[in-house]
Amino acid sequence: MAEYQNIFNRVQVRGPAYAGVDLPVGDEARSGGTSFSYWMGKIGDAQIGPIYLGWLGVASLACGFIAFEIIGLYMFASVDWDLQQYIRQLFWLALEPPPPKYGLSIPPLAEGGWWLMAGFFLTTSLLLWWVRTYRRARALGMGTHVAWAFAAAIWLYLVLGFIRPVLMGSWSEAVPFGIFPHLDWTAAFSIRYGNLFYNPFHMLSIAFLYGATLLFAMHGATILAVSRFGGDREVSQIVDRGTAAERAQLFWRWTMGFNATMESIHRWGWWFAVLCPLTGGIGILLTGTAVDNWYLWGAKHGLAPMYPMGGEPAIDPSLGAR
Amino acid sequence: MLRSRSFVLTALVVPTLAFLAACEAPPVETEQLGFRGTGMQQVTNRNRAAEAAANATIIPEPLPVFGTSGPAAGLVYQNVQVLGDLPVPQFTRLMQAMTAWVAPEQGCAYCHTEGEALSSDSAYTKVVARRMLQMNLAINASWGDHVGATGVTCYTCHRGNNVPQYGWYLDPEAAGPGKALGNRAGQNRPAPEVAYASLPADPFSTYLAGKDNIRVLSQNPLPMKNQTGASIVETEQTYGLMMHISDSLGVNCTFCHNSRAFGAWEESSPVRTTAWYGIRLVRDLNSEYVSALASVVPDKRLGPLGDIKKVNCTTCHQGAPKPLNGVSMLADYPELSASR
Repeated sequence: MAEYQNIFNRVQVRGPAYAGVDLPVGDEARSGGTSFSYWMGKIGDAQIGPIYLGWLGVASLACGFIAFEIIGLYMFASVDWDLQQYIRQLFWLALEPPPPKYGLSIPPLAEGGWWLMAGFFLTTSLLLWWVRTYRRARALGMGTHVAWAFAAAIWLYLVLGFIRPVLMGSWSEAVPFGIFPHLDWTAAFSIRYGNLFYNPFHMLSIAFLYGATLLFAMHGATILAVSRFGGDREVSQIVDRGTAAERAQLFWRWTMGFNATMESIHRWGWWFAVLCPLTGGIGILLTGTAVDNWYLWGAKHGLAPMYPMGGEPAIDPSLGAR
Repeated sequence: MLRSRSFVLTALVVPTLAFLAACEAPPVETEQLGFRGTGMQQVTNRNRAAEAAANATIIPEPLPVFGTSGPAAGLVYQNVQVLGDLPVPQFTRLMQAMTAWVAPEQGCAYCHTEGEALSSDSAYTKVVARRMLQMNLAINASWGDHVGATGVTCYTCHRGNNVPQYGWYLDPEAAGPGKALGNRAGQNRPAPEVAYASLPADPFSTYLAGKDNIRVLSQNPLPMKNQTGASIVETEQTYGLMMHISDSLGVNCTFCHNSRAFGAWEESSPVRTTAWYGIRLVRDLNSEYVSALASVVPDKRLGPLGDIKKVNCTTCHQGAPKPLNGVSMLADYPELSASR
């Protein structure tokens, strides 16, 4: 008998197109119709559409498009509308926040005005999309776990681009839009505040980041390994433990003495994923507002040990003042 | 089947190679410079290092010594404002060496206009050369904190060129056109000055001509009341300067710094102190000697904003942690040394 497995599957599940459950009264109709894709069927469901866009989706996409256009056209203008240079330099180009002298005031367009606008539209787009994930989950009678996980990511985004700059009293503290520029910003941010690695919330965030991927890999591997026993029906096995669940759980009890359950493993995964941006956001929020130099803070609280130098250490020449 | 497999293989291999094309070819070696586990190490690529070393060690043969006694040059020649106390044979030999170092193709006539007395200052190059000679003497006499006993000669920077190959002009692009759309704020382009980072591309006018504060790290664990720390923009400018130093010397950050605490002197290697004096040395050279020569030289020697080519770390270092790999030429030319 052919086995159905969820990725790189040998079998495609392709039934009649299904438009989904009836929508509540007052909702827009789903749009786009349905089609089937062989290649999508290789990695998931072969059915494409219909999609529910609604006015929230339309407004979110419109705002996102405006932000995308502001950033993209600004970058294009910065290479004098030279397409070849636009492609060559794309990774270097950026839309920078206002310089420090403008504080939280509205700057001229040339010096961060476009950044403020792009940030406004991008934020609006994200928040509208969040409401959409919440409302669509409710419309399907689901829990709102996805929306709250998304909210955790939006929290980190808002801390970086809005909440912390406001607390610091300057838009210039925020992140530029750009590939290399935002990476250089990240390194400069860590250097300015004395090495973010000594920030305990940064530590937690990294632990949850790597922890989430580890849990994801462990869970995915476990379910795939027992799918021949019906483990792919993991949700029904939460309440009706079958041989797949028994074997999977026994495997982990044997190898590490403890096992999650068919339900709890999903809570583990969800919390690890959500806590990554949640703790990360707290760490960023405290930087510059509550702690100015994480390395010195860590040294003061016994977090940063002192290592012997290989030879003579340097001496600050400015103390001897030339 | 076989054909489709080789097609798939090609489809995978070609983009992978293209993706790696910008990477540095191995072998890369790591040398431990500090306590284990602290990441204090110097990363070198053997091929690139060998290439840089080969370039840096082409040192001209010292000229034969004609003699060390004779009447003072200032008494024999007219208008000798520098090193007039040198005996004539020594003075003449130094002039010949300077010609070989700075104007090997043009010869004496590069500074001494043909058909005019040697004392004539009609060539701008001679006025510049005199000032540069004063600068060279001052470096060896007063900047031992940076140049040590190795010292410098004209060749350290010139290497046979009329104007040292490496240096900097004010950059009209870094100043920013200030246009409403597409203002780059002096950064966000692949700038060789900052090792192709997207950092502010002109760390020179602020830190090597100007004397802006380079230190951006807070000296206190917690924010102090009524005290504004450095902004991220200032931090990126400092970062840009550090990228320039790293690129000029062919070293990574941990050559000087312990990257876990960039600001902590007690965790830095002693060469950081040398680099600190280097920054002050360059500032001194630009403000005391080089910048003022803009009014002496012809327009073709000036940059797009009308300034003269100025000194940065690359001017001397040219990719090596020590210029000319630390070889001192002063033993052969003691008239330039501090102990003279």
